This record gives sequence, C-alpha cells and structure tokens, in this order.
Amino acid sequence: MKARDVLHYTWRALRSYRLRTALMLLAMAIGVAAVILLTALGEGARRYVSNEFASLGTNLLIVVPGRMETAGASPSMFLGETPRDLTLHDALALTRIPGVRRLTAIVVGSANVSHAQREREVTVVGATPEMLPIRHWRMKSGRFLDNRDISLAGSDCVLGAQLAKELFGNRSPLGQWVRIGDRRFRVGGVLASQGESMGLNTDDLAIIPVASAQSLFNVPGLFRIIIEVRSREQMNKTRQAVSETLKRRHQGKEDVTLISQDAVVATFNKILHTLTLAVGGIAAISLAVAGILIMNVMLVATSQRTAEIGLLKALGALPRQIQTLFLAEAALLSLLGALLGLAAGALAVRFIIWLYPSVPFATPTWALSAALGIAVGTGLLFAIVPARKAARLDPVQALAR
Amino acid sequence: MIDLQDIQRVFQVGDQQVHALRDINLHITPGEYVSIMGPSGSGKSTLLNIIGLLDRPDAGRYRLDGIDVTTLDDDSQARIRRDKIGFVFQDFHLVPRLSAAENIELPMILAGIDATERKRRVTHILARLGLQARAHHRPEQLSGGQRQRVAIARATIMQPAVLLADEPTGNLDRSSGHTITELLEQLNHDGITLIVVTHDNELGRRARRRLRMIDGQIDSDHGSS
Repeated sequence: MKARDVLHYTWRALRSYRLRTALMLLAMAIGVAAVILLTALGEGARRYVSNEFASLGTNLLIVVPGRMETAGASPSMFLGETPRDLTLHDALALTRIPGVRRLTAIVVGSANVSHAQREREVTVVGATPEMLPIRHWRMKSGRFLDNRDISLAGSDCVLGAQLAKELFGNRSPLGQWVRIGDRRFRVGGVLASQGESMGLNTDDLAIIPVASAQSLFNVPGLFRIIIEVRSREQMNKTRQAVSETLKRRHQGKEDVTLISQDAVVATFNKILHTLTLAVGGIAAISLAVAGILIMNVMLVATSQRTAEIGLLKALGALPRQIQTLFLAEAALLSLLGALLGLAAGALAVRFIIWLYPSVPFATPTWALSAALGIAVGTGLLFAIVPARKAARLDPVQALAR
Repeated sequence: MIDLQDIQRVFQVGDQQVHALRDINLHITPGEYVSIMGPSGSGKSTLLNIIGLLDRPDAGRYRLDGIDVTTLDDDSQARIRRDKIGFVFQDFHLVPRLSAAENIELPMILAGIDATERKRRVTHILARLGLQARAHHRPEQLSGGQRQRVAIARATIMQPAVLLADEPTGNLDRSSGHTITELLEQLNHDGITLIVVTHDNELGRRARRRLRMIDGQIDSDHGSS
C-alpha cells in the first residue's frame, strides 16, 4: 500500500462523514488555538514587563529608603525606629564609587501646574540633569535641567509633551513661566512623547530640580536614587560598594534596599515564563480531551465500518494495513484540526494585538511546536486502540454486519 | 488445487456446540465449476469461508496449490487471499463513498500496485464488462446488476485462480441475475475456478459439478471429474 493511496483513502473517508469530521476538527482546533492564544498572552506579558524594564534604562541599580524585609517583621517594627532618610548628600557620596557611571536622585509628588487660566494636576518629579540619559528620555524642544549643583534649588522646569500642549496649545512654552504648587518655574524644555514607562506617563508630568521638589513638597528625604552602573560585570561589586557607603553614612545601619534591575527582570521573566508554561499546560488539557474524542470517534468508525473492514480483509488487506488506514485517518484528522487551530489562534492573537497594541503578544515557538506535536501525538496515541481493534476484527463476522 | 481433508468447524452458540462442518473431504481441480447447495444452516457458507481463508477450521487440513494453508499466519493468509482468491457477495459489499472505478481499484491498492498500472487494468475491465459510462458513479447510483458486475470486476482484477461467489444472484431480479450468471460462467470458461454457493436450483443446476450439503456434511457430489 502506497502512502499516497493511504492518504487518498483516508481523505475520502473523512469527507464522507462530514459532520463527524467537522466536529473533530473543531475540537482539535479549539485545543490548539487555546494553547496558541494563552501562551501568546503569557509571552506578551513577559515581553511587556521586560520591555518596561529596558525602557527604564540599562544596568540600573535602584536605592530605596527603608529596609524591605522579605522574611517577616523587622526589629524596627517593634522598636519604633523610623528608617533614616536617604539624602542628597548620600547621593553625592555615591557618585564617587568607581562603578557608578551616573546617578540621579528623585522626589515624586503631585501638584497643580498652571499657566494663565489653565491648570492641571500632574505628577511632579524632582530630578537631576542625569535623569535624561539614565532613563533614555528624549527632548522635543529646549533643554533638560542643567543645574550643576544638585543640592541647590532652581527655577527651571521641563514639561511632558501633553502637559505642554494643554497649557500652551500650539504656542511654544519655552521661556514661559508656569506655577507649580506655590512656586514659579520657567519652562526650559519639553520632553518628546514616549508613552508610559513603569507606570509613569512621561507625557503628562513636570520635572523640576530635586532640591526644589524637596522644598515644594516639604520632604527632607529622597524617593529613590537611580544609579547607572558602568557595565553589567561591575553590577555586583558596585552594589556592594553602594551598600557599604550608605551603611557607613548611616551609622552602620543597613536601612536601604537595593534593587538591581537585572534581578527584577530575571525574576519577572522567570515568573511569567512559568505562568506561560502553566496556562499553556492547562490549554493542552483540552488537547488531551480532543485526543479522547478522537478515540471515541475512531471506535465509532470501526463499528460503523465493520462491513468495510471485513471487505478489506476479504480483498487481502493485512491486519497491519487496516491499522495503518485507521491511524492515518486519526493523524489526518488531528493534523488538519491542529492546522486550523494554528490559523485560528494566530488570528485571535492578531485581534488581541489590535486591541492592545502596546503589549507585544506573540506565541513562543516552543508553544507552536508543542501544540502541533501534542495534537498529532494524542490523536495517534488514542487511535491505537481503535485501529488495533479494527485490525483484529474477524472477517466472517465483520462481513455479516 | 483445493484439497480439504477431514475439515471440522464447530461454533459455540451459547452453551451449545454447533457442528457447522463435519469431516469434509473435498478435492477441486483448477478450472472446475462447482455449485454448493443445501438448506440454510447446512454449512455452505462456512465451507466457502474456509476455502476463502476467511475462517480457520478447528481440525483437518486444507492444501491450496500444494501448500498447507491451515498453519499459515494471518499475514500470509491475507496475501494468498489477495493474490489467489476473489470473493463475490450476495449484497455486493461495495464501499459506498468510492466510485465504481475506485472500488475495483481497492485490491490493487492493497497490493501496492502503482497508479498507472491500476488505471490501465480498471479501464480494461470496465470496458470488458460494459461499465465505462459508470466508472465514476457511486454504488448508490448503480443498479443491482451493475453493482454486482463492479463487485465481480473487483474480485477478478488481481487475476485470482479461484472465484468464490456466495449467493451472487440472491439480491438481483431474474434478468440481471441471468447476466451475472453468464458473466461468472464466462470467467470460468476463461480458466478461473468457480465455486458458487446458492439456494437457487436453476443456478445450481448449471454447474458441471454440484455438491449438496446437509448438516455440515457433503450429502451428494454430482458430476465430479
């Protein structure tokens, strides 16, 4: 029996039981499409988070005031000790560590920004000139903060693109005065529109010198210090140096938390990859169900086609050939179903991308091949029993049916 | 060529043993035209199934062309069926979703004969049976006589030595039954060994050799050479 003939014969069989074939294809396609879609969602989330962190800058080390304990309560909770503030002087001390390329100290708050009759409440970020290169921001016009001494308050400010547009319309805001909270600032530049990054919409914020922000919001400490390390290799050494420097400056207390971006990205990657695997696995259960359906359908086929099997035996078909015909039918069924599912899944993914263009949804390659493999694998596996049953039928009894 | 010695076949029906065949001894030479007649349940079909290797005897020996086929495994028996034996059934047993030509092609597909040779042989046999115009019709679009002719074409496409017919005219009206009988006899005339199981006395009497079976035994054997 030639492969082409087997294919032709099984194709004819599939075509003659249209409803059955259609339902089986549907079951298989749903399973495969579910795997494709769910893994695309998981992978999309992973890439999204990954990109978010990348947009934050590269080789970043973030200093957060206060000790974040992962193992239960810290002694300070019982002793009523408040963590020491992270100060601008701490930041200045850190610049002297060799692995630090540059750093910025930030203070974040919310205030009303107004010009003429227009007023908006936006996020106000106190930062230093180094913020621009660290966060990979770009300017639309003018210049970023340029005060040399970060410990001095200044009256320069930078506006997000949207905020500038809303306050000034199409006029250039450069050189104009705006009121932020109870102070006046002169607009030195406007940020280029670059969308949202780590929950911070850069289009809708105002940036002022960090010392000005401290007095505006009346906070002595910093919200974060963001350090850009010279290279990935120097990350661990620098981290240690930063930790030691701050400990020394804080009378031997380790009261800051260091978060390295790589570690966070790696953790998120791992979590989201596992999540993708898990949802993919759950979707694969539907493939197993489809496999059992195929078994059922093939069992029905053997009893429906008992007379035909008897005839094939009378015509001299070897048991092996009959088994091949039935396995081929199941394989063709699951393969076609899987391909349909791939197409449907791909369409669904495109639809979701259209709905949420900012998230890079994509089915990972391993999920594509796994879905195809599991579909055809279970299809074949579950067809073995019916196929053997067909091959072992007694021809005399089969023909009598 | 067909040599049966002391063939026994016993069926278990509930807790009863039914002797479908008892001590059958039969010798058929190539080119013979044999009819097997007898009442229902006399073992005619069982005998035909054993000759056609669809069934195995419980005891006795069956030699086909000098080979003891009773001891062969399923695969070897299937190959002998494919190459040496053709079956014609009362209810045709055509595959409903395949066209006449494709039904005739089936044994050659199983034998792995390539497509061009298959097409050549099918065209030839369709022409010989006057079925060219029906080649692409499906069984449901054919009359009973045409269906049986397609079935005969399928049974003989591998040029078997033996043609086994179980009530070949049982589902046909008189005139198409007659056509089928003549076709079978023509094939026998061309050299095939023809064994027909039938209830129809008229058909049975036409055979040169006539067996009559009663209760699993050969009751009479007329005209043996």
